[in-house]
Amino acid sequence: MQNHAYRSRQPALPLAAIFAAIVLAVGTLFGSSGAANAQQTTASSDRIWQDLKGDVFGDRAILVDSGVVRIEAPKRAQDAAIVPVDIYIDLAKAPDGIKSVTLIIDVNPAPVAATFQIGKDAGVTHLSTRVRVNDYSYLRAIAETQGGELHMAQTFVKASGGCSAPAVKNQDEALATMGQMKLRQFPPQETMTKAQELQLMIRHPNNSGLQRNPLTQYFIPAHFVQKLSISQADRPILSMEGGISISEDPNFRFDFKAHGNGEIQVEAIDTDGKVFRNQWPLEATGL
Amino acid sequence: MPIDRVRRKLVSGFACTAVSAAMLPCCLGRAALAAAGGLEFTVRNVADGVFAFQGVDELMNAANQGAISNLGVVVGTDAVAVIDSGGSMVEANAFIAAIGKISPKPVRYLINTHMHPDHIFGNAAFREIGATIVGHHNLPRALEARGAFYLQSFRQQIGDALMKGVEIIPPTMLVDDRLQLDLGGRVLELQAWKAAHTDNDLTVFDSATRTLFAGDLVFVGSLPTLDGSLLGWLRQMDALAAIGAARAVPGHGPVPADWPEALTAERRYFEVLARDIRRAIADGMPLSESVKTAGASERGKWRLFDEYNERNATAAFAELEWE
Repeated sequence: MQNHAYRSRQPALPLAAIFAAIVLAVGTLFGSSGAANAQQTTASSDRIWQDLKGDVFGDRAILVDSGVVRIEAPKRAQDAAIVPVDIYIDLAKAPDGIKSVTLIIDVNPAPVAATFQIGKDAGVTHLSTRVRVNDYSYLRAIAETQGGELHMAQTFVKASGGCSAPAVKNQDEALATMGQMKLRQFPPQETMTKAQELQLMIRHPNNSGLQRNPLTQYFIPAHFVQKLSISQADRPILSMEGGISISEDPNFRFDFKAHGNGEIQVEAIDTDGKVFRNQWPLEATGL
Repeated sequence: MPIDRVRRKLVSGFACTAVSAAMLPCCLGRAALAAAGGLEFTVRNVADGVFAFQGVDELMNAANQGAISNLGVVVGTDAVAVIDSGGSMVEANAFIAAIGKISPKPVRYLINTHMHPDHIFGNAAFREIGATIVGHHNLPRALEARGAFYLQSFRQQIGDALMKGVEIIPPTMLVDDRLQLDLGGRVLELQAWKAAHTDNDLTVFDSATRTLFAGDLVFVGSLPTLDGSLLGWLRQMDALAAIGAARAVPGHGPVPADWPEALTAERRYFEVLARDIRRAIADGMPLSESVKTAGASERGKWRLFDEYNERNATAAFAELEWE
């Protein structure tokens, strides 16, 4: 099982190493026994998690299903390259606030999909994004409170099956439009709190690095958005360290509490060191 | 495979051939074969020197042996060209045996219409008989990105036995825009398309009989799947329809199909899907909710609708959000 070596030997690997494309021969996880049933695959996913959690969180205790964090995803992935995932935070159950949320997809080559840092007083209670899911896997959200407690929620996603692969659909287009950004602003809903919603979209292939150049046979280096920060009037709302499990054209929708009328600022940095910046005036909040 | 299933397939295969023989005066040659793996394989004559196999409208599984897509054969005076290799080596070997009954001439070219496993998993069998593999210039790149995933995920879906011998083999002859292949007495015109069903779609036109092998740019009766660009597909519909074909062999669905009528339902589906998704995006509805209802008015008009519509809607949403 040499493929597991990278997970288990070194405790608390630097996150950057885990985000990078680590070639994992997924076949070995299932042996060569053909169609695996769901029970076997939840067990496989759990085994990976048991190895992985020390690398990411050391020996810290993780509270499961405490209600602080909740995660939702379709029971079956429809398109392996675009699986929507929603993370909810219950601030009433974490009165000192949430510092970060880590999203993990056990079976992916790079299981730590992203770690989101949440700005103090940003009021983020809901975050949705889209991820690649390579196989039957748990998706896990681990929230860290300001006080340093870890809370986890998980949901199991069945692989899409068929010819849907977690790969870029239209490579030429992805490269031609890289770096474009779009911000949508949704006013607060009447029945909700005063939070409003933003949706940030960034054009980027978020390539895996697991493919070879057909002419040279060299692996094409991974190329993905590794850092993203979103702020309002220089106050951080949300920042992300991410990897190749985030879908092509990374897409984040979240609620937040605006402070004044300052503009929304975004900066993204990819693995080539390219920096993409943009800013938008805050639209009328309707308050 | 259970024997009763083989019998049933044989019966339906013969019945099907009888119907097409009655309807098509050109239905001359037919090669049926019960291969070692138990696959009954019927290749129909759709025009002079042009043959096609019709796959079943199912997902690939152990019982159907991966034979879900339509395959083609064109016979020239010098050589034979084959369009797509099928979804397993069992299917490909049965196909090669059937081709041998049609013509003793060598299979010089295997043309892959795009990257999906049901069209390329038999490539190794054609490499073994010396065929040159031809494909869209983007096909090698697409297979590099997906090949390992396909081999792993289909092992779970169709089982070890049917995956035996399957390799991901990229084309060595690439089509940048258009390419002609001379088979002796007839020329095949290959055309590489911009992203639509995938970003590596290729069509094959036999000018001698004006037969179009459309690959998965055309689905008839079975829901089209989107793994490239919805907008690209819609934008190229007129160019597709303008091909002066007398008949088409779609990637999935009855063989042969009327042309360009074969495009009508597919175009309607994509327009409905695009309309529904655009409306959801304008309303601020998130992807996860939108895909549950988009395209719903098309349910009942397609086989495999529930298997693929939500997936198509997901891909369409991610694309149309950028308009």
